[in-house]
Amino acid sequence: MIELEGLTKRFGTKTAVDRLSFSVRPGVVTGFLGPNGAGKSTTMRMMIGLDSPSGGHVRIDGKRYDQLRDPLNYIGALLEAKSVHGGRTAHNHLLCLAQSNGIPERRVTEVLDTVGLTSVAHKRPKGFSLGMGQRLGIAAALLGDPSILMFDEPVNGLDPEGIHWVRTLMQRLAAEGRTVFVSSHLMSEMAQTAEHLIVIGQGRLMADTSMAGFIADNSRTYVRLRTPEPERARDILRGEGITPVPTADGAMEIENTSAARLGELAARHQLVLHELSPQQASLEEAFMRLTAGSVEYHAHAGGREAERAAGAGPPAGPTAPSPGDATAPPGDTGRGWGEGWKEGR
Amino acid sequence: MAHTTRVLRSEWTKVRSVRSTLWTLASAFAVTVGLSALICVFTESSYADMPVEQKATFDPTFVSFSGMTLGQLAMIAFGVLVVSGEYSTGMIRSSLGAVPQRGTFMACKIIVATLLVLAVGMVTSFTTFLLGQELLGRYGTTLDEPNVLRAVIGGGLYMTLMALFTMGVAFVLRSPLLAFGILMPFFFLISNILGGVEATKDVAQYLPDQAGTMIMSVVEGSMGGGDRPYGPWGGLLIMCGWVIAALVAGYAVLRQRDA
Repeated sequence: MIELEGLTKRFGTKTAVDRLSFSVRPGVVTGFLGPNGAGKSTTMRMMIGLDSPSGGHVRIDGKRYDQLRDPLNYIGALLEAKSVHGGRTAHNHLLCLAQSNGIPERRVTEVLDTVGLTSVAHKRPKGFSLGMGQRLGIAAALLGDPSILMFDEPVNGLDPEGIHWVRTLMQRLAAEGRTVFVSSHLMSEMAQTAEHLIVIGQGRLMADTSMAGFIADNSRTYVRLRTPEPERARDILRGEGITPVPTADGAMEIENTSAARLGELAARHQLVLHELSPQQASLEEAFMRLTAGSVEYHAHAGGREAERAAGAGPPAGPTAPSPGDATAPPGDTGRGWGEGWKEGR
Repeated sequence: MAHTTRVLRSEWTKVRSVRSTLWTLASAFAVTVGLSALICVFTESSYADMPVEQKATFDPTFVSFSGMTLGQLAMIAFGVLVVSGEYSTGMIRSSLGAVPQRGTFMACKIIVATLLVLAVGMVTSFTTFLLGQELLGRYGTTLDEPNVLRAVIGGGLYMTLMALFTMGVAFVLRSPLLAFGILMPFFFLISNILGGVEATKDVAQYLPDQAGTMIMSVVEGSMGGGDRPYGPWGGLLIMCGWVIAALVAGYAVLRQRDA
């Protein structure tokens, strides 16, 4: 169990972490999501006592990190930044960490085996690939067989095989009843591993919810329809009290009506259809909408362009113009959406 | 106590498992002994041509430690690498993650490094003395002469204190580049220049290396003449003062700053 209360970190005048309060519970993978620069790494560094908070506190199983005796037996952490002396062999690196926490040497061999580094145990990490370095970091985290594990962007730079391995490992660790806290800036990554979700933007808590709840609240479903006779289609739909929203590529989107009903309608009016497909807005879009107002470094001056560039590809997403629709006007999608979401809780 | 023992073991594993430990300490030994031997050979062959006043203050013990001016730089390198290596590689994050009690961490690291340096320093000091006296032949001295043993043990202590001072400074500066860039030129050039120039001599004699070197001299006035306001042990004490100041500053930085 990790508990944060009013955790704050200021660097000069800049507030990197702003009064964060949440707790990470055992037995599930908790995703820690936020855009780059949102304060994820700083928060994690404060959790293990590397950075001292400007305000508030973190408790690990009720204690401050530096009050833990042999902390590796409570919490194992993989930080984003490299934390290994490149000239010390993998085995010796783990050995010196193990010794400081009274962990037997046999455990070093065990974790090296778990992460698949046995063959390079006596090699210097200087020559390790990104993936191997990441595995060594994970081995260090597992060393004390801790009940809490913390991974900062564990799949960054890994190949698909490595990504799959990390995901499986995290799920296995959670299934064993451990607290698993993992950060990422990619919603898609979280959607595959995390059961619980904590979203931050510019150091502030944006959401603390179950993944299922987040999906239910944030996935917009609609039907995409394309026809060579858009004018007639619109009239037919209007006649049924349905308002289609035209998209930039000449198709139309219809909410709150099933594809089956639209297909039957088209058949009855002998309307030619080139496409009729149910769509679901991706979680990535939902996440981007949630944090859009808090993204620190936009690709362009305007938030919307950055958002579009990043979230390119179908489905067309929330910024599609929708006059008369219930969704917020596109201009202030980001901030308005995020706040509205919070108020709705 | 059990905790401290564990951290000590861990630090011992750390220091023995990197190559830099071996090559810095081996160079400290080789350079000190080798250069001292060379100087002893030259001194022996040119002794007869020395002016009388130089003969009067001739200190065979001190001559056999001449190589330390250069050998100490390798000791400094060891001290810098032991500490800055943690920061430059990011290892510090793993280290403090495993031992969040920063005082314990620093103390154990320093104790382990100090014991190692003390052993190497003593071996170096006795070797360079014994070899030097052998090479000085009939101008040489022995450990039985008054104050000579003190000077030889002092040589080992001097090297140890030098490494300790460096470690304290490295904890303050963190970056190995910065630590090397400041310490190396300082002890290789600046301190010697300040000590050699008449105007700055009075101040320079209180610098750690200048004061500490006194412990290795047996004949009064052998260190470039001029009476110093402190004796051999006084000099070593001044050096200890510098070491303590550096370590306290290092601890203050380690305690306060984010790792």
